Amino acid sequence: MHLDLPLLIALLIMMIGSITVVYSASGQDTAMMIRHMTRMGGAVIGMIILAQFSPATLKRLVIPLYCVGLLMLVGVLLFGVSSKGAQRWLNLGITRFQPSELMKLAVPMMVAWYIGRNHLPPRPLHLIIGFMIVMLPTLLIKEQPDLGTSILIASSGIFVLFLSGLSWRLIGFLSSVVALAAWPFWHYGMHDYQKQRVLTFLDPESDPLGSGYHIIQSKIAIGSGGVEGKGWLLGTQSQLEFLPERHTDFIFSVLSEEFGLFGVCVLLSLYLFIIGRGLYIAVNAQDAFGKLLAGALTLTFFVYVFVNIGMVSGLLPVVGVPLPLISYGGTSMVTLMAGFGIIMSIATDKRMLLK
Amino acid sequence: MLKHRPTIRDHSAEANLFARRAFVGFVFVLAMVAILLSNLYKIQVENHQDYQTRSNDNRIKVIPIAPNRGLIYDRNGVLLAENKPVYNLEVIPEDVNDLTESLDQVSKIITISEQEKEDFLKDIKHTRRFKSQILKARLNETEVAKFSVNQHKFPGFSIEARLARYYPFGDTLTHALGYVAKLNKKELNKLDQEGQATNYRATYDIGKLGIEKYYEQLLHGEVGSQRVEVNNRGRVIRTLSMIQPKPGSDIVLTLDIGLQQIAQHALKDMRGAIVVMDAKDGGVLALYSNPSYDPNLFVHGISSKNYKALLNQDRPLINRATQGRYAPASTVKPHMAILALEENIVSESTSIWDPGFFEIPNVEHKWRDWKRWGHGHVDVYKAIEESCDTYFYDAAYRLGITKISDFMARFGFGDLSGIDIHEETTAILPSKEWKEGRFKESWWRGDTISVGIGQGYWTATPIQIANATNILVNKGINHPPHLAQVAKKEDQVTQINGDEKPPVILKNPDNWRIAIDAMHNTVKKVTGTAHKAFKGVSYDPAGKTGTAQVVSIAQGERYDAKSLKERQRDNAIYVGFAPYNNPQIVLSIVVENTGGGSSVGAPIARQLMDYYFAANPVELAGNIK
Repeated sequence: MHLDLPLLIALLIMMIGSITVVYSASGQDTAMMIRHMTRMGGAVIGMIILAQFSPATLKRLVIPLYCVGLLMLVGVLLFGVSSKGAQRWLNLGITRFQPSELMKLAVPMMVAWYIGRNHLPPRPLHLIIGFMIVMLPTLLIKEQPDLGTSILIASSGIFVLFLSGLSWRLIGFLSSVVALAAWPFWHYGMHDYQKQRVLTFLDPESDPLGSGYHIIQSKIAIGSGGVEGKGWLLGTQSQLEFLPERHTDFIFSVLSEEFGLFGVCVLLSLYLFIIGRGLYIAVNAQDAFGKLLAGALTLTFFVYVFVNIGMVSGLLPVVGVPLPLISYGGTSMVTLMAGFGIIMSIATDKRMLLK
Repeated sequence: MLKHRPTIRDHSAEANLFARRAFVGFVFVLAMVAILLSNLYKIQVENHQDYQTRSNDNRIKVIPIAPNRGLIYDRNGVLLAENKPVYNLEVIPEDVNDLTESLDQVSKIITISEQEKEDFLKDIKHTRRFKSQILKARLNETEVAKFSVNQHKFPGFSIEARLARYYPFGDTLTHALGYVAKLNKKELNKLDQEGQATNYRATYDIGKLGIEKYYEQLLHGEVGSQRVEVNNRGRVIRTLSMIQPKPGSDIVLTLDIGLQQIAQHALKDMRGAIVVMDAKDGGVLALYSNPSYDPNLFVHGISSKNYKALLNQDRPLINRATQGRYAPASTVKPHMAILALEENIVSESTSIWDPGFFEIPNVEHKWRDWKRWGHGHVDVYKAIEESCDTYFYDAAYRLGITKISDFMARFGFGDLSGIDIHEETTAILPSKEWKEGRFKESWWRGDTISVGIGQGYWTATPIQIANATNILVNKGINHPPHLAQVAKKEDQVTQINGDEKPPVILKNPDNWRIAIDAMHNTVKKVTGTAHKAFKGVSYDPAGKTGTAQVVSIAQGERYDAKSLKERQRDNAIYVGFAPYNNPQIVLSIVVENTGGGSSVGAPIARQLMDYYFAANPVELAGNIK
C-alpha cells in the first residue's frame, strides 16, 4: 500500500475531532452525523485510491484534467446552476458538480508539471506562461462569483512559482504591483456584497444586526470560551443558535467556545504537524514535479486554515472558506483528501525508489 | 514554445533551492500561525470577561411577571373588584415578519374589527417592540380553538391567559371604585419619572378613577421576574431562576354594598347623589351618583360608540357626590343658627317677627320667605324646624359675610373633603376676597342675605354637606370622610384612614344641643318639614330639609314648578342622622330638579335608614328604650 503513516494518523485524528465538533455544532443531529461520516469514509477511500497512482501516471493526466476543468468552468458560466446568488454548479443529471473543486487540484498540478519540466529557477517566459495557467481559471471562478475559491486556486499556483525559485526581487516587484492594483480592484473588481463584507469586517459593530452580526457572534463565541472552554455540547453561542453557519464556515468558533484556547492550540499543532509533514515529503520528493506539487498543495492547505480562522476571529473579511478537515460539507473534504492522496503518492514514490 | 531544451539539470542545486524555499514557506506558516494565535489570545484571554458578558446577554433574558392586583371588598367582606382570567389574542411586534399581512390573515380566522385593528396599531407605536400587545381582548372558546389550530402560521401572535379586572356590581359602584384600563403613554412617562417604570414592565392596566386610582400603589403590587435562557429566535429554552411577583394589597372599604344598592334603587332615574357616612369614624357607607355607567366597559377599552353614548346631557361621567356643585340651601341653617347663637345675634329664648319677607333700609328688594304669609313669631328652634328663611336672612345680615365665611370654612365648606378619590371639587364658599378675585367687584351687603339660607354664591358638594353635618352632630368632632378602611397584605392588616382633624370648638358648647334638638324636632314634630316621611320608624332620626333654587325668581313672581323647564326646577336636598341622641349614620341627599327636600329627599333618607337599622338589629335594640 502506498500510504504515509504519520500523515494518515494525523488526518484520522483530525477527522475524529471533526466528528466531535460537528456533532455539537449540529445540535446532536444524528442524521447529519451519518452523512458527515459517510462522506469522510468516502474521502478517505478516495485518498487511498489516489495514493496508489504513481506520480508518473498523474503527470499524464495533468493536461486532460486541466483542459476539461477549464471547459467546465466556461460551461458553468454559460449553463450553470445558481444557488445563493452564485453560479458554481454544473448539473450532470445524476448529481451536481462544482468544477472549481477539480481546479483546486488541476491548477497546481498543471503549473508544477509545466515549471517542473524545465530548469529551476524558471526563466521569465516560463514564469509568464505559468502565471497565465494560474490566472485563467482564477478569473473564471471569480466570475461565478466565488472569491474564496479563486483566492485558494490563485495561491496554489503562485506557491508553485514561489517554491520553484521565483527571484525575491521579482516577488518584491509583484507585491508592490498588487498593492497598487488594489484600488482599481476595489472599485471595479468586487461585487457589492463583497465590498460590504470588507466594510463590516473593518468595523463589525457598525452593523450589529446586519452583516456584522456573524462576526460579532463569532467573536463572542470565541472570546467567551476563554482558556478552558465551556465544555463539549455546552457552548451557549452555538447550542442556542446565535452563531451562524456553525457547522460549516464557523465551526472554528464552536470549537473555540467549547474547548477554549487549549483546544485551539491542539488544533493548530495538528495543522502544523500536517503542514510540516507535507513539506518534508515535498523536500524529499523524487522529482521537481513531485516537490512543487506536494509543496504547493501543503501550503494551500495552510491558506485554508489561515483564511478560515482569520475570518471567524475577525482578522480577515468573511469570504466563505471552510475550516479544512473539520467543517461539515462534502466537496471540500473530498478535494482536500484527494490532495493528500496525491501527496502520499509522491511520498511513497520516493520510498519505492530507495528500496 | 514548449520545446524542450537539452540542457543538463543540476538536480542537487535544484533540490537545495527547493528545500530553502520550502523552509521559507514553513517559516512563513509559523509566522502566520503566530499572528492567528496572538489575535486569539487577545480575544480569549485578554477580552474574555467582556465576551463572557456579551454571551450571557445574548442567551439570558429577564421576563417580567405581572403581580396580581389587590382585590377590593366592602365592609362586610363582599367582593367588589375581582380578577378574572380572560383569553386575549396578543402580538409581540418584534417577532412578526409582516404585520399588515399577518393581520389580514388573522382576520380571516377570528373577526377583528377595524376599531380593534386601529387601536392595536396605535398602541404598538407607543410601546416597546418586545412587549406583548393585546390585539383582541376576551376571546370566546370558539375563537380560542380556531386560532390555536392555526397558531403555527402566525409567529409573534399568541393567546395569553391574563387576569383582568371585573366589577361584579357594575354601575352601582362606578363613582366610588372607579376602574382600571389600559396604561397609556402619559401614564408610562409619569411612572418613568417616579421610578416606577420597571415595576410596571408586565402590567397592562392602571387605576384611572376612584379607589382604583387613589390606591394604585397599594393595589398594584411588585413585579416579579423570571431569568430564562433563550435561543437566537427568543424561544425560551429553560428557566434559570425566578423571583415571584408580590401581589398588591387587598383593600377593605367602609362601603356597605347593600346600602349602596338601596341608594341606587332610591334614585331610580333621577339625577342626584347620595352620601352616607358612619357618624362614628367618617367611613363612607354609601356614595352614589346617578346616572351611573358600567365600569367594565372601560377595562378592555370602551368602543367609541359606547363612549359617545356616555357624553349625554345627563353627564353620567361626573361624580355628583364629590363633583356636583349645589347650593346647600336650608341644610346649612343649623350651622347658621349655631353661629348666630355664638355671636349673640340671637339667643335660645328670643324670637323675631316674620312677615313673609325680609328687607333692608334703602333697598327696594324684598327677600321672600318660602311661606308667603310668613311664620309669625319665630325662635331659633322654629326657624330650623319649619325652615324659616326670614330668620336667617336677618341673622346673616347682622353677622356679615366674613364671620359666616370663616365659620363655615371650619366645617369644610369651600375645601376638599379629603375623601380618598381624586375626583373632587372644592365648590364655592363665598367671601369678600373670593368675590373680588372672581368678579373684580366688592361684596355688597345684600349678597350676604341669601348666603344666610345657603343660596346666593354658596355652592357645596354632597360630600361636603354630609361632612359638615357630621361635624355638627358630633358636636365639633371632625372625622373626615374616607372610603378605604384597611389594606390587607398576606396576614398583615394596615389601617388606612380614620385620623381625626382638629375639632370645631364653640364658645358655648350648649349651642350644639340647640341645633341638634331643632333638627330632631324637624322630624319629630308634626309641623317639622321631615315629619311625614319618617312617620312610624323604629329608630329616632333627625334631619333638615332643603330646597335649592336653580334659577332666581324675579321680584314679585311665584315659583311655579309646572311653568319652569325641567332643568330649572328646584333641587331637593336632605341631610339627616340617626339615632338623634347617639348618631351612628349621617347622610346627605341631593336630587336635581325635583322640587322639595321634604317630599323627595326625606323619603329617600328613610329608605336608607330603614335598611341600615334593620341590618343592624343589635344596635337598633340598644337605642330604642
